[in-house]
Amino acid sequence: MIEARNLWKKYGDNVVLERVNLRVEEGEFITLVGTSGCGKSTFLNMLLGTEPVSSGELLLHGKPVSGEPGPDRGIVFQQYSVFPHMTVLQNVMAARGFARRNLTGALFGSARRAAREEALALLEEVGLSHAQGLYPAELSGGMRQRLAIAQALLGRPGILLLDEPFGALDPGIRADMHDLVLRLWRQYRLTVFMVTHDLKEGFYLGTRLWVFDKTRHDPQAPNAYGATITYDLPVGKIDRDTLSDIDRDLARTANETE
Amino acid sequence: MKRLINQTPAPMLRVLLTLLPFVALVLLYMLASDARLAENPADKLLPSFAQIGDAIQRMAFEPSKRSGDYLLWEDTLSSLTRLGLGVVIAAVIGLALGLFTGALPLVAATASPLLTVVSLIPPLAILPVLFIVFGLGELSKVALIAIGITPFIARDIQRRTQEIPSEQLVKAQTLGANTSQIICRVLLPQLMPRLVDAVRLSLGAGWLFLIAAEAIAATEGLGYRIFLVRRYMAMDVILPYVAWITLLAFVIDALLAALSRRLFPWHHQGGH
Repeated sequence: MIEARNLWKKYGDNVVLERVNLRVEEGEFITLVGTSGCGKSTFLNMLLGTEPVSSGELLLHGKPVSGEPGPDRGIVFQQYSVFPHMTVLQNVMAARGFARRNLTGALFGSARRAAREEALALLEEVGLSHAQGLYPAELSGGMRQRLAIAQALLGRPGILLLDEPFGALDPGIRADMHDLVLRLWRQYRLTVFMVTHDLKEGFYLGTRLWVFDKTRHDPQAPNAYGATITYDLPVGKIDRDTLSDIDRDLARTANETE
Repeated sequence: MKRLINQTPAPMLRVLLTLLPFVALVLLYMLASDARLAENPADKLLPSFAQIGDAIQRMAFEPSKRSGDYLLWEDTLSSLTRLGLGVVIAAVIGLALGLFTGALPLVAATASPLLTVVSLIPPLAILPVLFIVFGLGELSKVALIAIGITPFIARDIQRRTQEIPSEQLVKAQTLGANTSQIICRVLLPQLMPRLVDAVRLSLGAGWLFLIAAEAIAATEGLGYRIFLVRRYMAMDVILPYVAWITLLAFVIDALLAALSRRLFPWHHQGGH
C-alpha cells in the first residue's frame, strides 16, 4: 500500500534521509523512533505531503504521494492541532463541514444534525462527552489530544499520522492514550504511523518498529550522510538484547552529532 | 526587607497610589490658577474651575446665540461620525488586505512590498492632496483617517495571520478543507479579536488625524472648536474639550475591550 524506493531527503548539502526502502501493508501500526534530527518527523511530513521528496519514490497505492495534505491521511501533532476558536463539539463537526465542496464549510439543516450526532458518538468513544461545550484552552493536555484524535477520525482517513502525539503528556495519561489509540486503530482498521522519542513506547505499541539512525558518519562533515531505517522489527518478538543494541546505537549517534 | 522588585502594594494602598497623581495634578492646577488670577483677574491662561464650569454650561447646556445649536453635542456627533466611519473603513480594508496577504503567498508577493511602502507615507503630508481631490467636505476628513490607519491595521493583521500555527492549516487540509473554507472557518474567526486589538491601538492615531483635518477645514467638530476658540485664548473651553476627548477615547477603548471579551471568550483564556 505504501512503498518507498531509494528515498532521499536533502536540504542543500544537508542529507537528512538516505536510501530508504520499505513496504507497508494496510492495517499496520508502525512506530518510528530515533534520535532528534534523525529524519523520522521529516519522513512523516513527506507522507503527509508538507515536505517534498528529494529523490527516489514514495508511493501510496502505487502513485506518488500528493504534494499537499489531503483527506486520505489524518494527522495529530504534539500541539496546535485543534482549532482554538471552536468548542470541542464544533472542532469535531468541522471535519464534516470541510468535507462539503462549498465556500465556507458551513453546515445546515439535516447535514448539521447528522454531523452533530456523528461527532457526539465519536466524543463518547474518546471520553470527551462531558466536555463538548468547552474551548480547547479549557482542556488538559490529554483531553486536547483526545480531541485532536477524534477530529482526525471523523474525516475517515485510511492512514493516521501521529507526530509525537503524547510527548507533552504525563506518564499516567500517556498509558491511557496508548490504550485509546490501539482500540481506535483496530476499530477503524487504520494504518498508523507514530513518531515518538520514547523507545519503550515502540516496543509494545502496534505491529512494527522502525529505528531511524545514521550508519555512516564523517566527523568533519556531520551532515554529509543521512539517516536510514536501521532496524525494522515486528513488535512482540523483540528480545532484551536487541533493545540494548538499539539503545547503544542511538546513544553513539547522539554523541557523534553533538 | 524584600527586594524592591518583589514588593507589591496592598489593595488599599494600590487605590491610593493610583489616585495620588490625579489629585496632585488637580491641586497643582488650582494653586497655579489661583496665584495667576490673584495677580490679574482677567488672566485667560489658567481659568478657575468656576470659569471652566461656566464654559461647560455655555457649550453643552445652552443653545448657541448664533446658530441655536448645543455646540458640544453638535461637535461630538460630527467628530465621532467622522472617526467611526474612518475607522470602520480602515478596519474592513485592513482586514481584507492583511488576511489575503497573510494567507496567500501569491497575493503577498504583489501586495506586501507595496503595503510596506505605502505605510511609510506620512498621512498628514498627503492631506492637501485629499483636500484637492475630495474637496473640503466630509469625504476628505474620513479619507484621511482611513488612509492614516489602514496600513497599520493591514500589516498587523498580516502578521497575526502568519502567526496562526501552520499545524492548524495542515489539519484543516487533512479534513478535506479547500482554501476558501480555511479562510472562512479557520483564519477569519481567529483574526476577529486581533482586529479589535488593532483597532484599539490605532484609535489614538485616528483621533490625531481627525483633529488635524478638522483644524484645517471644518465648520463643526471637537478639533474645529478647539482651534477656533484658540483665537480668543479661550482656555476655559479648550481644557474641558480636551478632557471630553480623553474621556471619549477612554470609553471607546473600554467598550471595544468588553465587546472582545464577550464575543471571543476563547481568545481571552490565554490557551493554545
